[in-house]
Amino acid sequence: MNNRLTLAAALVIATGAASADTPELVVYTYDSFAAEWGPGPAIKASFEAECACTLTFVPAGDGAEVLSRLRLEGARSDADVVVGLDSSLIPQANDAGLFAPHGQDMAGLTLPISWDDATYLPFDWGYLAFVFDQTRLANPPASLEELARGDVSVIIQDPRSSTPGLGLVLWAKAVFGDEAHQFWDAFADQIVTVTPGWSEAYGLFLEGEAEMVLSYTTSPAYHIIAEGDDTKAAARFAEGHYMQIELAAQLAGSDQPALAAAFLAHLISPAVQDIIPTSNWMYPAAQSAALPDGFVAAPDEALLMPTDWVAANRDLAIDEWLAALAR
Amino acid sequence: MAGRAGALAGWAALAAVGLVCLAPLLALLAQPGNWPGAYGWSVLRFTLMQAALSALISVALAVPLAGALVHRQFRGKATAIALLGAPFLLPVVVAIFGLLAVWGRSGWVSDLLGTPIDIYGLKGILLVHVFFNLPLATRLVLQGWAMVPPEQLRLGAQLGMGWRGQWQVFGAPILRATLPGAFLVVFLFCITSFAAALILGGGPKATTVELAIYQALRLEFDLGAAARLALVQLALCLAVGLIALRLVRPVQFGAGLALQPIALPRPKMLVWLDWMILVLAAGFIGLPILAIALRGLVGLGDMPASILPALARSIGVALGSGLLATMAALALAGLITRLRQGLARGVELGVMLALAASPFVLGTGLFILFNPILDPSDVALPLTALVNAVLILPLLLRLFMPALAQIKADYGRLAQMCGLAGFAQFRFVTLPLLARPLGLGMGLAVALSMGDLGVITLFASPDAGTLPMVMHRLMGSYQTAAAAGAGLVLVTATLGLFYVFDKMGARLGHRI
Repeated sequence: MNNRLTLAAALVIATGAASADTPELVVYTYDSFAAEWGPGPAIKASFEAECACTLTFVPAGDGAEVLSRLRLEGARSDADVVVGLDSSLIPQANDAGLFAPHGQDMAGLTLPISWDDATYLPFDWGYLAFVFDQTRLANPPASLEELARGDVSVIIQDPRSSTPGLGLVLWAKAVFGDEAHQFWDAFADQIVTVTPGWSEAYGLFLEGEAEMVLSYTTSPAYHIIAEGDDTKAAARFAEGHYMQIELAAQLAGSDQPALAAAFLAHLISPAVQDIIPTSNWMYPAAQSAALPDGFVAAPDEALLMPTDWVAANRDLAIDEWLAALAR
Repeated sequence: MAGRAGALAGWAALAAVGLVCLAPLLALLAQPGNWPGAYGWSVLRFTLMQAALSALISVALAVPLAGALVHRQFRGKATAIALLGAPFLLPVVVAIFGLLAVWGRSGWVSDLLGTPIDIYGLKGILLVHVFFNLPLATRLVLQGWAMVPPEQLRLGAQLGMGWRGQWQVFGAPILRATLPGAFLVVFLFCITSFAAALILGGGPKATTVELAIYQALRLEFDLGAAARLALVQLALCLAVGLIALRLVRPVQFGAGLALQPIALPRPKMLVWLDWMILVLAAGFIGLPILAIALRGLVGLGDMPASILPALARSIGVALGSGLLATMAALALAGLITRLRQGLARGVELGVMLALAASPFVLGTGLFILFNPILDPSDVALPLTALVNAVLILPLLLRLFMPALAQIKADYGRLAQMCGLAGFAQFRFVTLPLLARPLGLGMGLAVALSMGDLGVITLFASPDAGTLPMVMHRLMGSYQTAAAAGAGLVLVTATLGLFYVFDKMGARLGHRI
């Protein structure tokens, strides 16, 4: 009995000592980022090689769910860094008031727009786009307006539960302004269905339920590179494409601020940025190498609305969408 | 039940259900928030309407299907009845893809007709909900038929009872006893439908309360508003439940010997109708499952290695919550059969309402409650097992209650005369007679817990993913084929577990 107690005590001390020696950095992120096929494992390996620490990714649903979990945990959260906030979520993230300035040098960023936010650090980005199968749709629409005037069947995501869905209503609002409801009125009859998240919509599209699906300009690259399938393409729209920038931020309540800062620096270094395209299927935010074959060049016309505009227009844009589609 | 200890266990189970369902809701209600406005009420109206229609249709179709299954004997009937449980046990996303492979715009039916059919809209919602719940409603009606002693059927056959007489003596009383409960169970299940209603419903016309709750919790972080919406929904469900349970008339067929059941004589016309119904039902239920299997087989090779540990965790959680739910339901059913009628009905209805509890509200509320005390991700798996158990318990109660009541009526006095009481009575009288619903209940509980996703997502830690979570992650990163493979593994494991328990109950059980 005594022996066992001693052993247990020794174990407790040993594990305690081990954790005191190697600090742990906890990073909250969305599920597919941390998955074994996502960028997470490679980032863990390359960061741990230089930080003398343990890096733990905690997957917490999608981008919006990660943020809401952080808000639920509040000051008690173990998280030091969050990776994967979406630019459309910045108003909510600001409301949460959980984040500290990142202090990173952003000179190396290669975004098509200028970015100088002191709190949210971009690590990759993409354009929303309607993806189609070239063997099934020969003449895709060339603009949002043409899309709504035509009769192409489309699957989109619900803006109330998914970030690409929210991006689309903001996209339409940015392009059409006060006439956005007319766009939705014209478009409504082409929408086969609306899904709660991106994955169901994309899955239904692959099953052939619609001719186009709301996704990203980078989606075809996955099929080309990972599957050797070059039938998928993203339609180029004349009005420009709504940008979705994925952001990282440091928690104000982090007990490892120095490590957190080092991680953010690592996140925009070539070691991570070079693997982003083929593991997260987005454009790197600080591109240092050429994009792999299969990635077509990003469209030129970027649409990104200021945070104030998003905050002011989000509910209105969702209401217009709801009014047109619920009819 | 086993005397005082049994009653104590019953009260403990009741307290657990109350605590798990109400504490999270109260925790969220304590947050500031608005009561539902025009948008909230329109969503509430739609949710109740689609649930009521889905339940009505499921129950209406279950009557002829259960009749056909009772009257027709065929090889493999027992297995067919066991597999009838399949749709109800499918994870929602898997079922949606299976259904659309058959009924979608490029599905088999469209291919056959040569033109895409459009099922999106209210008809799509009803399709998916009837697909899920017709089998469940049928099983609940069949449980009613199982209470008829075979010698009464023999007597009926010998007396040359026509179908009118059969209907008056057996059919109508059985339906009166089982249908209101079956309606209520299906109705409450359809209340919390979310992804299935939105996707098959074709868009925001089909917004259910669960989506509005999700929106309030995740997008707007308006915890108080989400809780108020959930509370109003619960109150409306309570009203529906009060009406439904008022319509129940318990049956008393009396005790019998454990003879083999026989087929009652049926007119030729009805025999043909029975066969037609069986073939249609097999197609309606079987084809989407076939589609799931075909889609999944292609993707089996693409699955990541993390499938196996995730499968093991899922099975562990499912067995844990299945056992917990079965024992708690047994204790509760025992308690309810001892209570005064009014009180009994109140307790039963209160427990039934757990079916309509919003998983999102439960998950978030529990998170808020646990967060100050311990790291929520440390308790992810046990908590998932507990919450699943509570959510499944009402269904099991519906299975056990009528059986227990009848055992008490038929054998209570005999047991007393023989001096059997307490545990001995439970062991030698109740348990053998209850084995059949017990097996079915345990199978349902285990299988339902396998597919659950609602509560765990918020708590998940890096190395505690269950199989449904891995499947969703695969779907979320373009790996549709691998996700379909994982879905097939999940469905196979789920049905396997269900089949084992259901069969075990049927083998060990005596007819009542």
